Amino acid sequence: MRPETVAPVSDPRADGAPLVSIRDLKTYYAIRGSFASRLVGHEAGVVHAVDGVSLDIRRGEVLGLVGESGSGKTTLGRTLLGLVRATGGSVEFEGREISRLPEREFRSLRRRMQVVFQDPHASLNPAMTIAQAIGHPLQIHGLEHDRDGLRLRVAEVLERVGLAPAEAYLDKYPGDLSGGQKQRAVIARALILDPVLLVADEPVSMLDMSVRAKILELMLALKRDFDLTYLYITHDLATARFFCDRIAIMYLGRIVEIGPAAAIYDDPKHPYTRALLRAIPEPDPQRAVPRDLPRGEVPDAARPPLGCHFHPRCPRAFEPCGWESRDLRELLESRWALAAGQAGVEEEQALVGDLGALDRSSAEVRLPASRGRSADEMAALLDRIRDEAPDEPFWRGVRRIEAVDGRLELDFHEPEAPLLAPSGEVEVECHLYRGEPSDGS
Amino acid sequence: MSDPVLRVRRLRVYYGTPGRPVRAVDDVSLDIGEGEVVGLVGESGCGKSTLGRGILGLLPEGARSDGEVLYGGRNLVGLSPKELRRLRGPDLGLVFQEPMTRLNPLLRISDHFRETLKQHEPGLSDEEMRRRSLETLGRMGIPPTRFRQYPHEFSGGMRQRIMIALALVLRPKLLVADEPTTSLDVIVEGQILALLADLKRNFGTALLLITHNLGIVAESCDRMAVMYAGRIVEEGSVRDVFAEPSHPYTRELLRSTISLETTELHSIPGAPPNLIAPPTGCRFHPRCPEAMRVCALLEPVEQQLEAGRRVQCWLHGPERRIPSGGELPLEREAIWVADEA
Repeated sequence: MRPETVAPVSDPRADGAPLVSIRDLKTYYAIRGSFASRLVGHEAGVVHAVDGVSLDIRRGEVLGLVGESGSGKTTLGRTLLGLVRATGGSVEFEGREISRLPEREFRSLRRRMQVVFQDPHASLNPAMTIAQAIGHPLQIHGLEHDRDGLRLRVAEVLERVGLAPAEAYLDKYPGDLSGGQKQRAVIARALILDPVLLVADEPVSMLDMSVRAKILELMLALKRDFDLTYLYITHDLATARFFCDRIAIMYLGRIVEIGPAAAIYDDPKHPYTRALLRAIPEPDPQRAVPRDLPRGEVPDAARPPLGCHFHPRCPRAFEPCGWESRDLRELLESRWALAAGQAGVEEEQALVGDLGALDRSSAEVRLPASRGRSADEMAALLDRIRDEAPDEPFWRGVRRIEAVDGRLELDFHEPEAPLLAPSGEVEVECHLYRGEPSDGS
Repeated sequence: MSDPVLRVRRLRVYYGTPGRPVRAVDDVSLDIGEGEVVGLVGESGCGKSTLGRGILGLLPEGARSDGEVLYGGRNLVGLSPKELRRLRGPDLGLVFQEPMTRLNPLLRISDHFRETLKQHEPGLSDEEMRRRSLETLGRMGIPPTRFRQYPHEFSGGMRQRIMIALALVLRPKLLVADEPTTSLDVIVEGQILALLADLKRNFGTALLLITHNLGIVAESCDRMAVMYAGRIVEEGSVRDVFAEPSHPYTRELLRSTISLETTELHSIPGAPPNLIAPPTGCRFHPRCPEAMRVCALLEPVEQQLEAGRRVQCWLHGPERRIPSGGELPLEREAIWVADEA
């Protein structure tokens, strides 16, 4: 079903030039904040969902884009597909800049780049039969008008995705199919237009374990048969291992590590990559639940941490990583959580006063003493906390603590944003590796 | 195993008319020891959640149950909703998959705790309620500074921590957690599992952990029960079952789990059956790579194995019950590739 005319061998672009080339891509969303903050007139925020990403997708490869929710991986995929406007930077597809194309021109381009979303139940219109749903793209793009011809092409692609015999599925509704079967139908709908690039956003994560392998194997077989290139977006490094030639790890809008899959799994460099790998449950009773996982969750992308975005959760963070006022708040709160209900906690809370004052993206803390308290008491409290857990990375970021004129002054080291730099076979965005000699360049 | 805190005996849960009932849980027995962590695994549609809810008497409208759920010398099956409500909370807690849908968006976290404590322990003073709530939240990693906030001000992982704290503040003897980490990211999932693994030490609470992820069972559970089509087909210590699964279904589930150590992809053909008309004999026989003729004819008899293990599979006998020729391989039609879950 693949016409010979698509991607001929003589295509000058097929000489190893990447299929997709993304440079310094930025996708920001404006937000108005909560209803309450709008009421009181707080300023609008901007979510830096994708914040300066550069990467290539090579012809015929499977590139895994891995990260947690809030990492920006889905937005990156949607920007590539033109479903979301880029704020800045460039996206080249088959050598052509597409990030600023008008929607009308993009539509014809979408024949060549298709998408499979996570939720197969939401991806199919419950009122359309499988034949209608899968044939729909051909009609939209004006590629097939003849009713019988359409049905024939749908039947053909259904069998290719394992929904065989096709006659048993053509006139069914999505509600008659299981999750795995629906996802096969969604894949069929993407393939019927003969795309070169398939963006698969968590295609198996809603499926039962016993079905995931089948869908992944199907996708690998289809890739071979149809000369496809995949961008596989997932939070799951375990399935990515089977599927991907290269892996890009994303955290809060940035690629923090990228390289050949084997190198990422054998020798993960970024502390975040390491944490993601360690957190995957292993079906091995000898292993216990890991206790040394990064604390907290992915922070709000509207106000990303200074320096390295991962520093507040990083077990190996040190001086330049971007320590800031908010980290002190975090430190105090987790201390108080541990000792909640005990007498000293309320005393400490009263001493520090309003934590809101710490809620700033600043490498300086200037905290006036609460009523009836002195800044010296606050400084003494911090000293005590440091003595209790001197290995806490936070303290490496602290340059100075002083009580001056009735207020606590705390200065952190100057934040430095790390940049993606080569390290061995991979590129990593982490201060721990900045001193390493790069190979090649 | 220590003395069971809960014994389930021949529990059945069915939906629909008595003529053609859907038996979502069919003749299930299970013990949960004090402070024990028991994993309940199986594919979607095997009855795991229904069993979890059946234990707590939280069945949907139209569902009926019989058999015994013995807790503190009483059979919970047949108790009035009012009596059940009194037990739920202080004795039996529940944590769901979707924390946001279980917290009232209009109530502060502090109000959630106060309502719960007031309802079940009306004798507590305000100060005592506050202290207990903060302490429990703190152990779940929620700082006292956030006690007065609303549910929407918390991330998904924190909401799940709050839900667990809300169940634990009543110090239940048993907590049923139904896929508590399914909607969470892998690092947050690990954090929550670490908290659940410490329940015994911190709260003396036993845990029935319902999950489809065998990796989670391996790392967090003492014992495991494997459910297929409404039945527990295998039960044993996690160590034993993983080392040597007795039921082909367990083995196939283990093989199809994708982890970092997986070297080859594997899947189970077909899908769990529709429970309106389950297959005759062993319900797994149409998908079983080792099915024998007897498997399509007769329901397997539960066999006790060594070390407190049990299994429902004709491969483990009893031989005297297998008709002659019954052990020959089953001939059958091929399963379509796409005939799957």
